[in-house]
Amino acid sequence: MSEDTQKCTIIVFSGDMDKVFAAFIIATTAAAMGMETTMFFTFWGLKAIQKGNPTGTGLFGRMLGIMNRGGIDRLGPSKFNFGGIGRWMFKKMMRDQNVTSLPEMLQMAIDLDVKMLACLMSMDVMEITKDDLIDEVDDVVGAATMLSHAQESQIQYFI
Amino acid sequence: MSEFTAEKTLDAKGLKCPMPVVKTSKEIKGISVGGVLEVLATDPGSMADITAWTKSTGNELLKAAKDGDVFKFYIRRVK
Repeated sequence: MSEDTQKCTIIVFSGDMDKVFAAFIIATTAAAMGMETTMFFTFWGLKAIQKGNPTGTGLFGRMLGIMNRGGIDRLGPSKFNFGGIGRWMFKKMMRDQNVTSLPEMLQMAIDLDVKMLACLMSMDVMEITKDDLIDEVDDVVGAATMLSHAQESQIQYFI
Repeated sequence: MSEFTAEKTLDAKGLKCPMPVVKTSKEIKGISVGGVLEVLATDPGSMADITAWTKSTGNELLKAAKDGDVFKFYIRRVK
């Protein structure tokens, strides 16, 4: 890569299937276009990079771990989820259109060396540990690290 | 038949955005510098997208043509 490599930073705040999907489409395409791409997962967005096991230690943390169980395949759409029926429907419609699935998009982003960062503070609040995250997560960091990536980037998105 | 000799052909037919571009970026790495990659796609968006990709990455789009339902691209790896 040359010294004028472009950078793209995407903050994934949402844990909604549709929004996370948009984030991964942008991330994989940016990486494919030769941009050094970073995804920073925070709050609900952490669901996308969780292994999917129950999380939490305290009462509220464990409750959250049940009601907001992680794992990229568990994400539901921001509208019309209807207790999982919407997720099933969108997955089917996407499959029928031969659109790449969300778990495949995640794997592709990993293969394209998209840097995956997780937000430490929201992990602490939600009682999610590093062990609850997929092994491909590069680092658990704070806002300053994300901002330093964003500062060097020509493109920054908050999703 | 075409006027360019492709080292390799990427069949991206049936794939939707962003897969033709993502796969092209992967395949071009296996082409020698100066070599040509042929990409076949059916996604109508690939006409604009592959063109934009070559522009951004500095690779050379030698030819983009529509052959029935299939879009054919010939891309020379520049670096």
